[in-house]
Amino acid sequence: MKLDAQTPSGPLPEKWDKHRFEMKLVNPANKRKYSALVVGSGLAGASAAASLAELGYRVKCFCFQDSSRRAHSIGAQGGINAAKNYQNDGDSIYRLFFDTIKGGDFRSRESNTYRLAQVSNDIIDQCAAQGVPFAREYGGTLDNRSFGGAQVSRTFYARGQTGQQLLLGAYSALSRQIGLGNVEMHPRTEMQEVVLIDGHAKGIVVRNLATGKLESYAADAVILATGGYMRVFDLSTMGLQCNVTAAYRAYKKGAAFANPCYTQIHPTCIPHTGDYQSKLTLMSESLRNDGRIWVPKKHNDDRPPGQIPEDERDYYLERKYPSFGNLAPRDISSRSAKEACDDGRGVGPTKYGVYLDFADAINRLGKNVIEQRYGNLFDMYHLINDEDPYKVPMRIYPAAHYAMGGLWVDYNLMSTIPGLFVLGEANFSDHGANRLGASALMQGLADGYFVIPYTIGNYFARVGAQNISSDRKEFKEVEGQVDERIKKLFAINGKRTVESFHKELGQIMWEHCGMARNETGLKKALERIPALREEFWKDARVLGDTEGMNVTIERAGRVADFLEFAEIMCYDALDRKESCGAHFREEYQTEEGEALRNDKDFAYVSAWEFKGVGNKPELHKEKLEFESVELATRSYK
Amino acid sequence: MNVTLYIWRQKNAHAKGKMEKYEARDLSPNMSFLEMLDVVNEDLITQGVEPIHFDHDCREGICGACSLVINGRPHGKQHATTTCELRMRHFKDGDTIYVEPFRAKAFPIVKDLTVDRGAMDRIMQAGGFVSVNTGGMPDANAIPISKKDSDTAMDAAACIGCGACVAACPNASAMLFVAAKVSHLAYLPQGKVEAKKRVQAIVSQMDKEGFGNCTNHLECEAACPKEISVKFIAKMNREYMRSSVVSK
Repeated sequence: MKLDAQTPSGPLPEKWDKHRFEMKLVNPANKRKYSALVVGSGLAGASAAASLAELGYRVKCFCFQDSSRRAHSIGAQGGINAAKNYQNDGDSIYRLFFDTIKGGDFRSRESNTYRLAQVSNDIIDQCAAQGVPFAREYGGTLDNRSFGGAQVSRTFYARGQTGQQLLLGAYSALSRQIGLGNVEMHPRTEMQEVVLIDGHAKGIVVRNLATGKLESYAADAVILATGGYMRVFDLSTMGLQCNVTAAYRAYKKGAAFANPCYTQIHPTCIPHTGDYQSKLTLMSESLRNDGRIWVPKKHNDDRPPGQIPEDERDYYLERKYPSFGNLAPRDISSRSAKEACDDGRGVGPTKYGVYLDFADAINRLGKNVIEQRYGNLFDMYHLINDEDPYKVPMRIYPAAHYAMGGLWVDYNLMSTIPGLFVLGEANFSDHGANRLGASALMQGLADGYFVIPYTIGNYFARVGAQNISSDRKEFKEVEGQVDERIKKLFAINGKRTVESFHKELGQIMWEHCGMARNETGLKKALERIPALREEFWKDARVLGDTEGMNVTIERAGRVADFLEFAEIMCYDALDRKESCGAHFREEYQTEEGEALRNDKDFAYVSAWEFKGVGNKPELHKEKLEFESVELATRSYK
Repeated sequence: MNVTLYIWRQKNAHAKGKMEKYEARDLSPNMSFLEMLDVVNEDLITQGVEPIHFDHDCREGICGACSLVINGRPHGKQHATTTCELRMRHFKDGDTIYVEPFRAKAFPIVKDLTVDRGAMDRIMQAGGFVSVNTGGMPDANAIPISKKDSDTAMDAAACIGCGACVAACPNASAMLFVAAKVSHLAYLPQGKVEAKKRVQAIVSQMDKEGFGNCTNHLECEAACPKEISVKFIAKMNREYMRSSVVSK
């Protein structure tokens, strides 16, 4: 396997322009000869499918939800970044680029991250034109808020529902193309395998979740926009159906998996309460604009928060990081919460929680202002916890939230399988070892609206239209393999529920490959995962049959993939003998307990190649070259 | 706490369905309603019985996938709450709870509590958009929009497309859903350009899908988990009347 990032030469700000000029084009009349399959209909998938269809390509789009409008991008609350500098506070494309690459602890590719900052402004224009109801000032211009890891206000938002509104924008563009007959939409359809012809991705085999039938689709290219893998932890802020299957099956077919150990644990989520729990609810990071995070100074302090006097409280983020305070980046905020709780100063019934207190902000600004800014989040908290956050401080704790790692892609967003493109959270490219708040929406839409429409044309023009039929033997073979695997799952006929395996895997991963990792723990996980996988294939219970809708077989397929995928995460975490961004190895920290990066030995992207189930995958390294930024210790003090 | 459940089971669109009785024991009041169903399903699977099928995903009230009629009300009796946000503390120990799918001619049942809401997607495909292609858009601040209009558009755009309005309506009308989309775009200058064409196309598709007519019961507003106001139906009616007069 050879990793060629295809980074264009020349000065950073000119790379994308130069590349766009050098790429081959498909002339407008010829575009209808080419077809693309888009798997996933979130921000990246829907924007890609719509944009490609507008250009004239023939597109089919697939999602496992009952409607493409329900992809999990919809859950994003806080906002989307852009370098508009509308606030006149010193923002620029270079600053957004720099904040993003620094936020990612200098573990992302300079060229990709710079391009992301460059197209960020076009995204806001595009969304406004689609009718996305962004928050506005009284003069009619757009409003901004600040987010973690930045000292400028560059985040655009639509109440606490920014992801929903942006997704509905992309969904409306996609719907328009479906209505015009340019996109064929397949809801309730889950990708099972990528089909390769002469080494190029030329189709997929899917399972229709309503009928249970397997179907094959051929095209000139395949785009995966299937989101992240954080449900490997079982409990996470993800939608319950989110899974790694599409990306993992592509990995098994030869696509390298990059930086799987970079997993973001979001600092502001509602704490865990019991074994029955199915998910952890995120409270938008924007709350940290006005909320102050604290724990009692005393250990095991059982007094209610209102009875703990000011001088007995530890506002630990403000104390440790005075210039960023409560807006320190996510990885740092999460780890600090864990430290406080591990130290016995946590709050709430499980003692794994910290306070997020709005009392000062309510006194300063009035309840009305806070209600306007965060009303829906406060209501949600009240509903879930039966406590009124206007009166008592919220309790929060970190939860698994976003995967920075993903399938390896080059500058064109193409994986190591020619013709297989990967967009959005499913790829690894722009966030390095930690993603800043309000950057996920930006990246999903950048990839779909403003990158893939150019780069896919270049691929098409180079390989030519092939008009492949899904009747070819390659499709039949793969369909046969998928069918066999499904039958094998039914045949286990064991006693344990699939859900219980998922929970156990989640516990292993949270304990050993979560917010802090060490060699002993990771090695233990690498013993426990294969044992659990073996038990799964002996004792899992899958009910019903292949006809019609069957959720037990859907889940079993996904959990089976997580049980294999979890191992690459641990291998990656074990290999990376440094602490960077969200990857914190306890052995590598400064005396003050901060992450200790090792640029000399680890300034590379880890790209793992599949070598058989249960075998250690092969590590390939893409060296990260920094021409424009100087590698500095990331400091938010 | 313990509750007794009567749940609609139906193997597929063509099979005959019926209410089945289940006992849910040792529940925590902090559980969500769907977590309670998860617990029931885990028990069923252990007993070798196929679990109850229902749509769900985000479990935080935003994706619009969950869709149950609980004790006769879409998303249950709790105001402004989706099924997935509903907690067991909203019920009493010993309660009997009836759980059915969203019922409407336009929402055929797929299995158990899962229905096909594709009709709502097809309405959107007929006109629920601004006809702009990707690229070449004016600066987002080029067209100022008054905060009032922008906020009103957002009130309408908050619709999660769950279909509770349809399930609540005695006529199974989709007026509130359609009105929310028409109004969201009609309040914004970007959407005004093709407002007349949109309202005609979208209403015509709604009729084709077999949704009923609106006879002002306002059950839709009462059931809506996002508190979409029926004033948007009035707005849509105005838009529709105006476009009928002007375009003909």
